[in-house]
Amino acid sequence: MPSTVALTVARYRPEQESEPTVQTYEVPFRKDWVVLDALNHVKDNVDGSLAFRWSCRMGVCGSCGMKVNGTPKLTCATFLSDYLPGPIRVEPLDYFPVIRDLVVDLTDFVRKLKQVKPWILRKEEKPPAEGEYLQTPDQLDTYKQFSMCINCMLCYSACPIYGLEPGFIGPAAIALAQRYNMDSRDQGAAERLKILSEHDGLWQCTFVGECTKVCPKHVDPAGAIQQYKLSAATHWVKSLLLPWGTR
Amino acid sequence: MSEPHYTLYHPRWYRRRVSVWWWLQNRSYTGFVLRELTSVFVAFFAVVYLWQLHAVAQGPDAYAQFLARLRTPRLLALDTVTFLFVLFHAITWFNLTPKAMVVRLRGKRVPDWVIVAQNYAAWLVLSGLVAFVLLRGR
Amino acid sequence: MDLFTCDVLVVGGGGAGLRAAIAMAETHPRLRVAVISKVYPMRSHTVSAEGGAAAVIKPGDSLDEHAYDTISGGDWLSDQDAVEAFVREAPEEMLRLEHWGCPWNREPDGHIAVRPFGGMKIERTWFAADKTGFHLLHTLFQTTLKYDGIERYDEFFVTKLLVDEGRCQGVVAIELATGQIRAITAKAVILGTGGCGKVFPFTTNANIKNGDGMALAYRAGAPLKDMEFVQYHPTGLPFTGILITEAARAEGGWLLNKDGYRYLQDYDLGTPTLKPVLRSMELGPRDRLSQCFVKEQEKGRTFEGPYGHYVHLDIRHLGERLIDKKLPFVRELCLKYAGIDPVNEMIPVRPVVHYMMGGIHTDIHGATPLRGLYAAGEAACVSINGANRLGSNSLTEILVFGARAGIAAAAFAAEQTGVSPSLVAQAQDEHRRLEERFLRKRGGTERIVTLRAEMHQIMEESAGIYRTETVLKEAAGKLKRLQDRFQDLSLDDKSYTFNTELTAALELSYMLDVGQTIVQSALERRESRGSHQRTDYPQRDDERFLAHSLAYRAEDGAPRIEYRPVTITRWPPGKRVYGR
Repeated sequence: MPSTVALTVARYRPEQESEPTVQTYEVPFRKDWVVLDALNHVKDNVDGSLAFRWSCRMGVCGSCGMKVNGTPKLTCATFLSDYLPGPIRVEPLDYFPVIRDLVVDLTDFVRKLKQVKPWILRKEEKPPAEGEYLQTPDQLDTYKQFSMCINCMLCYSACPIYGLEPGFIGPAAIALAQRYNMDSRDQGAAERLKILSEHDGLWQCTFVGECTKVCPKHVDPAGAIQQYKLSAATHWVKSLLLPWGTR
Repeated sequence: MSEPHYTLYHPRWYRRRVSVWWWLQNRSYTGFVLRELTSVFVAFFAVVYLWQLHAVAQGPDAYAQFLARLRTPRLLALDTVTFLFVLFHAITWFNLTPKAMVVRLRGKRVPDWVIVAQNYAAWLVLSGLVAFVLLRGR
Repeated sequence: MDLFTCDVLVVGGGGAGLRAAIAMAETHPRLRVAVISKVYPMRSHTVSAEGGAAAVIKPGDSLDEHAYDTISGGDWLSDQDAVEAFVREAPEEMLRLEHWGCPWNREPDGHIAVRPFGGMKIERTWFAADKTGFHLLHTLFQTTLKYDGIERYDEFFVTKLLVDEGRCQGVVAIELATGQIRAITAKAVILGTGGCGKVFPFTTNANIKNGDGMALAYRAGAPLKDMEFVQYHPTGLPFTGILITEAARAEGGWLLNKDGYRYLQDYDLGTPTLKPVLRSMELGPRDRLSQCFVKEQEKGRTFEGPYGHYVHLDIRHLGERLIDKKLPFVRELCLKYAGIDPVNEMIPVRPVVHYMMGGIHTDIHGATPLRGLYAAGEAACVSINGANRLGSNSLTEILVFGARAGIAAAAFAAEQTGVSPSLVAQAQDEHRRLEERFLRKRGGTERIVTLRAEMHQIMEESAGIYRTETVLKEAAGKLKRLQDRFQDLSLDDKSYTFNTELTAALELSYMLDVGQTIVQSALERRESRGSHQRTDYPQRDDERFLAHSLAYRAEDGAPRIEYRPVTITRWPPGKRVYGR
């Protein structure tokens, strides 16, 4: 086991430079350390100006998404020992504008999240005092997986379509729409489909599948999107054959 | 401060350009592009098939001419490549089917491998049937 | 200086803040509500909560039972009128969450499922696998997206409350993306900024829990209540401090010492049984369990590892199927961060700082003594948790009091006609302070990492599970010196764009203030109650200390402690009995 490992970190200080640069730091190697620990070591002891986001350090808040050796990862869940002997390259997520160092701008994603109407849509609401909407464990199971998204954006950084067509709504947003579509308490599938059938929606996805590969929470956004496509196509065929039946 | 106020605070976000060679970055991307390219070869295969049908309809001489054309080294090479790509096409899409088709029996999700296996099984059965019909006449 | 305005400003985008915003959007649709948060709301620490949220829903349970469990769990320091309101409103709040889409676990017939939890006599903890906080927060956040009336200021770091004419009228904040200082004025402000676990070195809390709102309110003149009550959660992973939820024990996990012995039985917590018995053994209250660990450690019966002492949490006997169904996140965390599979191996655990019972003093409507300033959630102290919080009460608390604070703040704001014109000058002063003290400062010899490490050591030594007079007195002096040394801080990063070193320095200053209140309150409470245990005053003293401590900021910056009696309605102080 070596005692140190090299960390090559992308830097970008917009007030000083017009293009990102790269800086290498020698950090202590510990088998318990994740990349985030190494970044914090640099920030605390070597260069306090290194900027990056982090919070929970247990893989549930989604703040610390960055590229490690070219692959989008949660740096709080990526162990240094998996990258020996190094050097370990840390860069900001792809396809988002870089604000500073390892910090990218997420406003596009947050806007798209709102677009897909990720809330329970019902024709009639029952007052809470009347009790819960019944939902069996099997019904819960149908959408449970898609509800696990921590909004870490690794899937957007892995999706070449998002890179080439920035208008694309994107894996996490579509998976979240599907999560609500499949929730037995929701009645808004038709409304969401109208939004997602548009040019930059569902059909922009060509099933590269990289989003599912990098998802740290096994949400399987690619699966969600293909299932959504299937149900959307079925719905369209049904509406052609039985125009009254789908109302 | 000598500079105007706004330039100090104006967000200068860096937007990286996506390279034309993005699909060479990693294996999945390359595999994806190859998979998409199979559509070209599938189309080519369909054209050859239509050509074959046309030749059959025209009689035994035309058909013999068709077969002779197919035997030229260039077309043989193209056909081999096409065959490999169509195979790649079939295998990748068979393996991806369970992503789109989620079947629930008695409330539990049918495991992915079952759906994939069904595709291959159907392929085998159909191929067997076709082979039986074709070879029976010999 | 750019001035933004709104009617009610919610500081903090966690469960309490978002619930308050929704409450206002629903009841006062024409009110302009804004949520300001230093991180995107889905990153708020509510997301890490695992176990569940308690509310009475099953037959055989009653509001009085829930109230009694909470009050006795809090060692009678809970304000009983607040507890009564809390248990009464809890079930409807939770059903509202369910209506908004929260994926609560269900019984086979489709009704909400509940699980047992520590300190509760009857099962009443609703749960969503073992990621309840995550589902709760995301449900709340996604529901706020429904209301176009709720504005958001994401990644704005609040540095000061604007107070004029005895009324809180807004905040000054740094827009992180550009570094610009903004003033946001409001007719009422709600603080939902969470606790301050990062004051301690070893905590389940995320990096963002620095007591921001507590310090802001403290500096503005509002008192911090019951700060000496720091909850140590009995089961955190060594080194990382990552939380292993109480649900693991609720499902039947055992705590074993070095000899494989269920040591809790030696400490009047009941007799060991195969299946968990409520309010007994591993389902006792958190403060008692953490104290048992320390006693075991003193007897030399704990394991010693590279990151300190620990004991074992054994859930192997629950079986893989149950673990994957009810505790999947626990399994994931153990595999990743402890390198063990809890299906076959025992989990190393030790007590870790988890929650602050104390916080900004509010009444049962969420109003602080400072007009126009409200608070809810962990940042506030109503108090329902008293001297020790029961697990799964906090997630419900943020909903109940988030809604209450929202409605109270909205009613207050509706009565106000405007804000003072002098706020702009205050905001400009704050801008100057930030520039001079941090960004344009020349010289300075102190580093954030050094001061923070020293603060951690002081807090760990003095405000641990067991405390004593001399150490606390020394700690108060040391913290005062750290505050002085903080004036000499030097930053590497003097830029404007997303300056996280500046925010770290500001967070450190909040933590130093809050740390001082913790130590001073602990020093002056000369009794042992709940999670505040004094080796020199080991008994509970209801005559002198059946009261809340209120820490006010004195002229010299040090805390001045006053006391306020606890509200007792129907449950006179008694003994806390577990295991019998």
